[in-house]
Amino acid sequence: MRFGGLKVPYICIVMTESVIERLKILAGAAKYDVSCSSSGTVRRNNGKGVGNTVGGIGVCHSFADDGRCISLLKIMLTNYCIYDCAYCVNRRSNDVPRATLSVSEIVSVTMEFYRRNYIEGLFLSSGVVRNPDYTMERMVRVARDLREVHRFNGYIHLKSIPGASRELVNMAGRYADRMSVNVEIPNEASLKYLAPEKDHKSVFEPMAYIKQGVLENKEDRRRLRHVPRFVPAGQSTQMIVGASPDSDKDILALSSALYSTPTMRRVYYSGYVAVNLYDNRLPALKQPPLVREHRLYQADWLMRFYGFKSGEIADDDNPNLDLEIDPKLGWALRHPELFPIDVNKAEYELILRVPGIGVKSAALIVNARKYRHLTSEHLKKIGVVMKRARYFITCNELASACVADLSPEYVKRQLLSAVKAPASSDARQLQFDF
Amino acid sequence: MTVFRFDGSFDGLLTGVFLAYSAKKRPECVVAPGGEMPLFSSDVVDVVTDVSKSERVWNALLRKVSRGAASAMAISFLCEDNAFYTSLFRFICRVFDSAENVESDFSDADLLAILENSRRVKGEAHRVVQFMRFQKAADDTYFGIMEPRYDVMHMAVEHFRDRFSDGKFIIYDRRRDYGYYYDGRRLERMRLSSDRSHMTTGILPDDMADADEQLFQKLWRTYFKYTAIPERINPRKQRQDMPVRFWKYLTEKNGL
Repeated sequence: MRFGGLKVPYICIVMTESVIERLKILAGAAKYDVSCSSSGTVRRNNGKGVGNTVGGIGVCHSFADDGRCISLLKIMLTNYCIYDCAYCVNRRSNDVPRATLSVSEIVSVTMEFYRRNYIEGLFLSSGVVRNPDYTMERMVRVARDLREVHRFNGYIHLKSIPGASRELVNMAGRYADRMSVNVEIPNEASLKYLAPEKDHKSVFEPMAYIKQGVLENKEDRRRLRHVPRFVPAGQSTQMIVGASPDSDKDILALSSALYSTPTMRRVYYSGYVAVNLYDNRLPALKQPPLVREHRLYQADWLMRFYGFKSGEIADDDNPNLDLEIDPKLGWALRHPELFPIDVNKAEYELILRVPGIGVKSAALIVNARKYRHLTSEHLKKIGVVMKRARYFITCNELASACVADLSPEYVKRQLLSAVKAPASSDARQLQFDF
Repeated sequence: MTVFRFDGSFDGLLTGVFLAYSAKKRPECVVAPGGEMPLFSSDVVDVVTDVSKSERVWNALLRKVSRGAASAMAISFLCEDNAFYTSLFRFICRVFDSAENVESDFSDADLLAILENSRRVKGEAHRVVQFMRFQKAADDTYFGIMEPRYDVMHMAVEHFRDRFSDGKFIIYDRRRDYGYYYDGRRLERMRLSSDRSHMTTGILPDDMADADEQLFQKLWRTYFKYTAIPERINPRKQRQDMPVRFWKYLTEKNGL
């Protein structure tokens, strides 16, 4: 390892074994944070240092044994914490091994990992030590050293510490691509119950700082082109699912409100892993609610890419998402009167609402139908899942029964049994053995 | 049944298109070396690749369709699927036969095959960007080796040149036995002549590796292990997103 161009191997060897041990603890402590994306900024190498960011969908460099992507080095500066939040593994009253990495240790691990193409950058968070500002200041130092000393031009995601001062958030925003403050619990009363030292103000205030910073920066850059960008990839947040009694309706309503603010790019949902079993304020879950988490992500997608409102996905009559079927199918079954939709005539937005047709096939359909009348054969080749879509569309062929003529319950049963039965036993499909 | 036999290059295929119009012959089937000849053929034409002709076809193609569509065709060609060449050939001819632009006629099975194959090839290039692992050599060169399914190194190398422009690196395609070397200024295509163990195992031997290389590999393996949530173990998802065929050269999947 090099410090300022000087080779000092002996320091490195002393550092090594203890760094490995501390990395174990601090990677383990950071792992419950879901966010990992490295997307949102396109920045070419400036020719003076190392690194770029690719934008688009980002780059996942590896996939851990739990199937989650590894894009950023997701790590905590320290897992010592003055708070005692019931849902958190690092809470003050837990008897877990504690560790701290120094600023220079994190910086050099990030640089070495990045050079070997292990990661896209750093996602740094921290337990709160002494006070929020002290902690935030050390995180800012990591980001500043990476950018200014090591000329690191890759991705940096900084967690904003709840309660940190506006000045520090502003400084952090100059170095970070993305910042995040986790909502964790969608309902303020539940949050106060589980984390007595926190309230929604401590979450939404730093979010507002980041938002204002981005908007002011946009204004400045309009006048002076060379003003450096401020949190160019916007902010994200996370909600824990299943640690409090809040319904999916509450969660989605909050997500939708967050997405309506100009800088919020992603809301993540984290199925609660029962880390503090002894705390009887929390439900004793054997398994994290993975299906519910999956349904929430599907609902999130519907809001972001399919033009759904949160009230359409979950409302007072159906406050929780159906675990058996996806939320788009759920919506369609609640509105049989809107179907069938004519794929050769209907607008893009309506086609997008058909179960079995995604963003990609909807775009292909509206292009392809300019050339000729589309039949179900065409749709199948385009990639429409006809097994689902056939109850909801028409293309002026021999009409297959539509959800409006059948009953929604019948269609649901049909689709669920089709999922469970192996594909080859599908009786509707003729088979010839050659 | 008319068959065009070409040399397996994209230029060869485009020369074939030129021939289809100049000789007024339409092949039912286009065959590359190693491809299967149809059982019954009346007329077999051997296409002699001519870059001046293929360039004329390419430029004409760019006047008929958007740059994005043309590049999708060129990229889909890299899929190394013999049965696909006929589809690609047929669609290029359709482009020239049609008065209007047919690049968004997504009910055409040939066009859908082009899209699908270009998606596959681009996906493989992205995987090179994802799963390339560098080891630092004693001379500060970062060495990375892989066996991608398609010939996509040229699509990935620009990404690495931009990202690691201040240092030296090698990316190497072991399957096709060629790679790129970047010396900090210039990029060159080259073939490594070494027969040492790193050319088969992908692991730099100790005398070639930087003194700290083992340490950072160990740190990375540690991180990889401890960032997973034990309650959520999901090997199926892991293999889906990171296919096993890449594991051979992945630092985190090898070594202690």
